[in-house]
Amino acid sequence: MYSAIVFLPLLGFLIAGLFGRQIGARMSEIITTSLLFIAAALSWVAFFQVGFGATKLLVPVLGEWIVSGGLRVDWAFRIDTLTVVMLVVVNTVSALVHLYSIGYMHEDPHRPRFFAYLSLFTFAMLMLVTSDNLVQMFFGWEGVGLASYLLIGFWYEKPSANAAAIKAFVVNRVGDFGFALGIFMIFALTGSVALDQIFAAAPGLANKPMQIFGMNVDAMTLTCLLLFMGAMGKSAQFLLHTWLPDAMEGPTPVSALIHAATMVTAGVFMVARLSPLFEQAPVALSVVIFFGATTAFFAATVGLVQNDIKRVIAYSTCSQLGYMFVALGVGGYSLAIFHLFTHAFFKALLFLGAGSVIHAMHHEQDMRKMGGLAKRIPITFWMMIIGTLALTGFPLTAGFFSKDAIIEAAFASQRSGAIYAFILTAIAAGLTSFYSWRLIYMTFFGEPRWANAGHGHQVDDHGQAAPVKSADGHAVAHGHADAHTHGVAVHAETHSEPVDGHHDHAHHVEPHESPKVMLIPLYVLAFGAIFSGLIFRNAFIGDAGAQFWNQSLYYGPQNNILEDLHHVPALVPFVATIMMATGFIVSTWMYIYAPGSAGRLAERHHILYRFFLNKWYFDELYDFIFVRPAFWLGRLFWKSGDGKIIDRFGPDGVSARVIDAAGRVVKLQTGFVYHYAFAMLIGVAGFITWYLLGGVR
Amino acid sequence: MFGFGILTGLLVLPLVGVAFILFQRDDEAGLRNIRWAALFTTIVTFLLSLYAWALFDTGNPGFQLVEQRAWLGNGLTYKLGVDGISMPFVLLTAFLMPFCIAASWESITHRVKEYMVAFLVLETFMIGVFVALDLVWFYIFFEAGLIPMFLIIGVWGGKRRIYASFKFFLYTLIGSLLMLLAMMAMWGVAGTTDIEQLLKTSFPSSMQTWLWLAFFASFAVKMPMWPVHTWLPDAHVEAPTAGSVILAGILLKMGGYGFLRFSLPMFPEASQYFAPLVWTLSVIAIVYTSLVALVQEDMKKLIAYSSVAHMGFVTMGLFAMNAQGVQGAVFQMISHGLVSGALFLCVGVVYDRLHTRDISAYGGIVRVMPVYAAVFMVFTMANVGLPGTSGFVGEFLTLLGAFRANPWVALFATSGVILSACYALYLYRRVVFGALEKPALAGMKDLDRREMALLLPLVVLTIWYGVKPGAILDASAASIELLIKNYDAALVATKAAAIALH
Repeated sequence: MYSAIVFLPLLGFLIAGLFGRQIGARMSEIITTSLLFIAAALSWVAFFQVGFGATKLLVPVLGEWIVSGGLRVDWAFRIDTLTVVMLVVVNTVSALVHLYSIGYMHEDPHRPRFFAYLSLFTFAMLMLVTSDNLVQMFFGWEGVGLASYLLIGFWYEKPSANAAAIKAFVVNRVGDFGFALGIFMIFALTGSVALDQIFAAAPGLANKPMQIFGMNVDAMTLTCLLLFMGAMGKSAQFLLHTWLPDAMEGPTPVSALIHAATMVTAGVFMVARLSPLFEQAPVALSVVIFFGATTAFFAATVGLVQNDIKRVIAYSTCSQLGYMFVALGVGGYSLAIFHLFTHAFFKALLFLGAGSVIHAMHHEQDMRKMGGLAKRIPITFWMMIIGTLALTGFPLTAGFFSKDAIIEAAFASQRSGAIYAFILTAIAAGLTSFYSWRLIYMTFFGEPRWANAGHGHQVDDHGQAAPVKSADGHAVAHGHADAHTHGVAVHAETHSEPVDGHHDHAHHVEPHESPKVMLIPLYVLAFGAIFSGLIFRNAFIGDAGAQFWNQSLYYGPQNNILEDLHHVPALVPFVATIMMATGFIVSTWMYIYAPGSAGRLAERHHILYRFFLNKWYFDELYDFIFVRPAFWLGRLFWKSGDGKIIDRFGPDGVSARVIDAAGRVVKLQTGFVYHYAFAMLIGVAGFITWYLLGGVR
Repeated sequence: MFGFGILTGLLVLPLVGVAFILFQRDDEAGLRNIRWAALFTTIVTFLLSLYAWALFDTGNPGFQLVEQRAWLGNGLTYKLGVDGISMPFVLLTAFLMPFCIAASWESITHRVKEYMVAFLVLETFMIGVFVALDLVWFYIFFEAGLIPMFLIIGVWGGKRRIYASFKFFLYTLIGSLLMLLAMMAMWGVAGTTDIEQLLKTSFPSSMQTWLWLAFFASFAVKMPMWPVHTWLPDAHVEAPTAGSVILAGILLKMGGYGFLRFSLPMFPEASQYFAPLVWTLSVIAIVYTSLVALVQEDMKKLIAYSSVAHMGFVTMGLFAMNAQGVQGAVFQMISHGLVSGALFLCVGVVYDRLHTRDISAYGGIVRVMPVYAAVFMVFTMANVGLPGTSGFVGEFLTLLGAFRANPWVALFATSGVILSACYALYLYRRVVFGALEKPALAGMKDLDRREMALLLPLVVLTIWYGVKPGAILDASAASIELLIKNYDAALVATKAAAIALH
């Protein structure tokens, strides 16, 4: 069964990828989507079997991978509660996103390729979460990076999409640099990369000093920090976050699946999976808290002022991942996974809802060009409301249970950095509420601001005219962004013949509700966004937790965070709710009762506004520190190093001297080959002569 | 076979093909015969190498299929044999040759006869390098192999072919002269040119240093290591596609093979003494040439520079002298032979259509060549070292080995994984992605059947060895284990002797 869960998506990828053109787009969609639904159904079976019954097991597949000296890496699945939770998240969201994409990508001529990539991603992600050793995890880790690269750059004619795709891959590789070194450290320390052996050895390695890189460091701390670097890259944590907002260049279903629900949570999964190691490295856990809290706050501040609907949600994702890392850092591994679980539902819901809005607006993503959509697309509107309630932590929705528990845990924790985390996550909760409602108000309320709104004529021909448009592919896809929205997709009129005739049609927008195939996934996710917290709270973080997790997460003897959580002062659990309400009230006041006040506020605090809008200037900073110097150094090494120094004093210099000395231009064309052959023969002859003479001696 | 063994057969078979080709006329039918004869010869040679592989016992660390005959009286011997280190290289050579012939099928139109002869002779010499068990024969094959390569670059190369082959010549000449001197000295001490015997000889410490340096001069140029790498980009750029495939696929590996056959086992003390030097040069090669690759404007030059970086991983792994490092290095060489060979074939595909290697001349060709784009993507990812492709296994093992030997080295070298992603994806983006705006590109045809037949086996192997690298790792495991055991024993012995003296 487990092999089926993991390999069915791979099968889908191979069929759609290799034979997509023969079997056609429709067949590709049907095959990949149905395989994913089977895998998802099996995952739920596994979830109940393992989570509420059977113990963990190891499933060998394909035998050994790399065996060299003492190193042994096998292909095998590790099935325990943590794995099955991830299986459920990945396969459920992936199946729904496949289904949704049938509607969303309807006009795209490259659907087989799209569905192949989606299935490839799912396969890699499943390999990641089922891995039994670090190297196999690395396989999945880089595999999802590849799929993410391919999907972000799916519209390959857009320069911005290509740039974003490379950025995502390279920034992730920076994290992988740490991950790889972490694996080397672990192998050097324990002589193994298999999880069972590492975990068995971990307690013995606590507080063990080590002389490395010219420093005397605590071995486990350094190892965990290196591994965490990988997690930071994949989960877009502060300093390595820059790729995630740009990744929104990909089609929206991709953003929902990869950049919200699954891949970006791989870092959280990794730290939780390696909890036996991190528990031995309290300093590393403090660092995790610091980065998590900083990310939660930083991303929320940037989210306040973005105008692209997807970017707001992207920063929100970044921020929520920060919460998860705070939970990990204070030792509340199950809290982090619980938030990962609920977040997958409501964030996928928000993204797919946003996709529905974008679909309705004919690929307009700028919220300043929306407004008043609540009446036009009521179902999408209500789904977005549900997602927002869950995200902001409205009582009894999913986020209420998972996010608020993290804020409480930050308060309860004794670990250094926890108070910093408590303050920042609490503030971020308020900011989250503000920007989430801002998104709702700008999109669905107020005066319609789309291109031909209010003119009421000449809309009929494009109103519900999906079939008409499908003829000219994506000619209608225009992402108009002004210069201030950081150069997003200026023209997204992708992959179709450059038909300029259709260009101006896109300005005549008539929003329409999405087809059923896109709405059904929204319903399912909305159900999860409302009820997943209520249903699973007890199993994940409540009294049944120990039995449910069944030792797949490790808590050190001093780690009582789940217990301390219940003994915080009475006011603390209300902090998050109060912040949420405040954010809601401020947002409502600024965007509904006093429209225009937001703009005035931005003008008054011009510098701060620009600072947030430009994402704290990280892109510019990195461009200045890394990108330009890399190219500059490359040119320097090439022209000056290779050209001026090595060649000049090496071969060119020698040949010049030779030619000078000869005083005439030697006919090199064939001559030197003979010279060479001659020199060699002389050499051999000399050797043999000497040899024979020696032999005679 | 007339009293000779399979290995002699591997050496003689290509020459039989040569003899046949020389008797063909230069008319249309003759050209067809020449091409088919060359292809047939290389395929039969490959099949024979597979037969040798079937007879090969991977559990046995020593030399196998040994043939020995007296030559030139009783002094010199003709001795061939393979062990776990050389066997993979023999297979790789025999495997890549049919691809080279097929890749030249249409692109070489003048002097076809001489071209095919050059390639077949080159095959004999290359296999000879890996199977020779006598210094004299090794030297002859090692040096003679360069002559057909000079001719291939010099006659069938691009515009600056003379400059390129001259540079190649200058670099290799100095190295090989030093190596010849060292070989004479070795013979002087050991009294034999039998490599098997030499492996059991321990050379005096002071002498090891000089011998090591002399061999290093030759092998470092061949690898090529920084800073003697500058001949490679020029040679690659000017060589015809098949020439590049052989250059990257096999000739670069001779340096690594030389280290494994001579430097490490015969001069263990010197190897240990100079390991930091090699590591430093390797790390510089990885970082420096990766950055240089980033700014290249010529596709072949970019891949050539990336080859230098990948060879940096090899030398780093070799001198880590532990199981992961050395096995990783051997694997990396084989994998690089497949992947960089394939990448050069990929460049050749578009070069045949547009006759330029300028990256800026391309862009958006995925629109017209989707299959090509997919194949190119696989090899790009293998070049980047994505797990699941063969590129990962070698890189991972060499880095792991280096980390165990010296964490600093691994720290700097691992940054290469970031840089390789940069230059490889940047190249891919500029060539394959983007809008198809240049009119010359619009009419380009996707891969034809010959090109598919060339590239698909390489795609399959690249992924297969990424998932199940066991075939190569196991083949070399026993011999490498023995190598390391002897190496460590030699170092312990010297140390003990040094202590005893005090």
